[in-house]
Amino acid sequence: MSIAQGLRRAGTDPSTAAVFIITTLGALWSLFAAAYAPDAAMRGQSWLILGGFLTGIIMLVGVIANGGVIDDEREYNENLIKAGVIATMFWGIAGLLVGVIIALQLAFPVLNIEAFGFTNFGRLRPLHTSAVIFAFGGNALLATSFYVVQRTCRTRIAGGIWPWFVFWGYNFFIVIAASGYIIGITQSKEYAEPEWYADLWLTLVWVVYLLVFLGTLWKRKEPHIYVANWFYLAFIVTIAVLHVVNNLAMPVSFLGSRSYSLFAGVQDALTQWWYGHNAVGFFLTAGFLGIMYYFIPKRVQRPVYSYRLSIIHFWSLIFIYIWAGPHHLHYTALPEWAQTLGMTFSIMLWMPSWGGMINGLMTLSGAWDKLRTDPVVRMLVLSVAFYGMSTFEGPVMSIRAVNALSHYTDWTVGHVHSGALGWVGFISFGAMYCLVPWLWKRKGMHSKALVDWHFWIATFGILLYITSMWVAGIMQGLMWRAYNELGFLEFSFVETVEAMHIQYIIRAVGGLLYLSGALIMAYNVYRTIKGDVTEEDEHVIPQTAAIPAQ
Amino acid sequence: MAQSKSRWSKLHNKLFEQNSLILTVGVLVTVSIGGIVEIAPLFYLDSTIEEVEGVRPYTPLEQIGRDIYIREGCYNCHSQMVRPLRDEVERYGHYSLAAESMYDHPFQWGSKRTGPDLARVGGKYSDEWHNDHLTDPRSVVPESIMPSYPFLAESELDFDNIAANLRALRMVGVPYTDEMIETAVADVTTQLDPYAMDFDGFQARYPGALMRDFDGDPSRVTEMDALVAYLQVLGTMVDFSTYEAEADENLR
Repeated sequence: MSIAQGLRRAGTDPSTAAVFIITTLGALWSLFAAAYAPDAAMRGQSWLILGGFLTGIIMLVGVIANGGVIDDEREYNENLIKAGVIATMFWGIAGLLVGVIIALQLAFPVLNIEAFGFTNFGRLRPLHTSAVIFAFGGNALLATSFYVVQRTCRTRIAGGIWPWFVFWGYNFFIVIAASGYIIGITQSKEYAEPEWYADLWLTLVWVVYLLVFLGTLWKRKEPHIYVANWFYLAFIVTIAVLHVVNNLAMPVSFLGSRSYSLFAGVQDALTQWWYGHNAVGFFLTAGFLGIMYYFIPKRVQRPVYSYRLSIIHFWSLIFIYIWAGPHHLHYTALPEWAQTLGMTFSIMLWMPSWGGMINGLMTLSGAWDKLRTDPVVRMLVLSVAFYGMSTFEGPVMSIRAVNALSHYTDWTVGHVHSGALGWVGFISFGAMYCLVPWLWKRKGMHSKALVDWHFWIATFGILLYITSMWVAGIMQGLMWRAYNELGFLEFSFVETVEAMHIQYIIRAVGGLLYLSGALIMAYNVYRTIKGDVTEEDEHVIPQTAAIPAQ
Repeated sequence: MAQSKSRWSKLHNKLFEQNSLILTVGVLVTVSIGGIVEIAPLFYLDSTIEEVEGVRPYTPLEQIGRDIYIREGCYNCHSQMVRPLRDEVERYGHYSLAAESMYDHPFQWGSKRTGPDLARVGGKYSDEWHNDHLTDPRSVVPESIMPSYPFLAESELDFDNIAANLRALRMVGVPYTDEMIETAVADVTTQLDPYAMDFDGFQARYPGALMRDFDGDPSRVTEMDALVAYLQVLGTMVDFSTYEAEADENLR
């Protein structure tokens, strides 16, 4: 890049030296683990970790040889965002693909390859959830938050090489976690499966992420912190707290993979679901509301609908969400007072959630015609609509009587996916469709028609997914509690499994359609980056890399 | 965004929107309240965990079996939490008590029943059934969609370091004694032998623990031995014939 060559470089600044020390220590630890780990899984995995750290050292040497990272206050750091966009696309497809595979395994168990167990459902399911939530969603959040905080603060991202450390360190965490699941390294806490050493690494990366974000806010040239940044900040701060508390554990050996959770039984269960539900609340909601608050107004060229609503729904959302965890433990051995509190706050949560939905949708006031002309706006708006739908369904399912039927069934799985595929997936894809032409300085996407295809194929896929899971879940819940005229349970467990075979096939088809949409997008993004853009898209307003002085 | 004229909006604007640290602290305080109010009392309210007899730490073999259960991700499809609902109590047995998982680090209550609940699976099926079922689920349940685990019966059990695992568990609160840790490795093979020399010692350390060869092949110690030993102890520790659900100290 010719412009970049004219930019100031930082040289071997303290941040580069610090990252160098961190990677060297990491490499030494993994070398010791490779030699002395008490368990075979760790002895295997430490070679991969060592490889990662060595790659990091080589990259650092390359940076230093080049004169250090670009650190020029005249321009936004866009390369960082470009890397984030590509990582988001890559992990999105990987995560969706694993999702389709495990969906097919449930319909056709022969797809669990017998000989090893590496690819059994029990090991691939955490691989799927981590890949879509943390790899796809996490990279979308990193990329957009780094973009939004620079633009809305009118300043280059702070911290020299540290933002790059966050990007590579986070993706390294994902590789450690994912490879661990395959070889059987897990602490079994849902959405917090990585073991203690991966957790420690993520903690380090996350604290740096918080400091980079805050550091950028500190040197902002705008007097106000824009609403999207409140949500990003709440997401970063809260995830740090949740991650640290839920993963407190005692390692068996400081060179081994296994650890035992600090808490047991009922306390462990509530800590886990306090974490689990707020991974939804702060990772998959607050963070992505940050995306909504920047990309929807920007794309439709309208101000956010209501300033006061954004204040009210921000504080009430983050206050109430944290209480909702116990609804995952209705009718369990968790004391009833805790269950009742969890249910009450889950129902209350409906209102701040819809506050966000209303603020997002009403931002289109005066620009509704863009739904017809711009498929990207259509994707963003449908995403917010799915957000509204799943944040209504959630409170309903948190009612104890409803939960007695829905819990343990595929209704929950369907509910999660209307949020994940509809809200999180579409808002991320929409943001990526905005970012790609902005970052690579194109007049539009390679093909607007393909964006449209992506939208319709994926939407149809979501509908197949959630409707089949409603049927499967409610049917199974009712079959479990069905009695015959003599007062005996009518169905054995396996009869309820057999009954869901068709729904499992329909769900896999829905997932396959959603994956196909993402593949179409990847092709479209690739052609756009390559420069094959012929049509000008009136909805794409060019964004320069230069920071306006004003 | 349209600027509002209300006093509160102005205050918000001055306080939170112009000071990133005040915003950060504000977020931190706001999100801490719910967690503290809900979780902290569980650690000191006596009523959280019922008073029961019989719950003991897992034997080394059962604990390794439990680690295999976790390694294979069984929790993804099997819950270990029977709810106090009529159909569940009839299908699975007495509803689960908090006391039954008081030594479970981490808990295995689960969140999804793609397969049935396992909280009380212990003693329901024979060892032979478990061996057949784990090796090829469809050989005993034709409609099953569970993966096969033929490698369990093939894999030698790695238990040389089990004492370190028990030590870590003791540090997080499981009452393993020095004696239990010292005999941990030997206890693995002791439990697999109903005629073991240390039969009485073992039973004193782990009262009521089943002692037999679980995989049907006494010549080898396999992962199948450990996993089946764990499955066979699930839900069997509490003697429900003496448990008084309606007693004051057990009402929650």
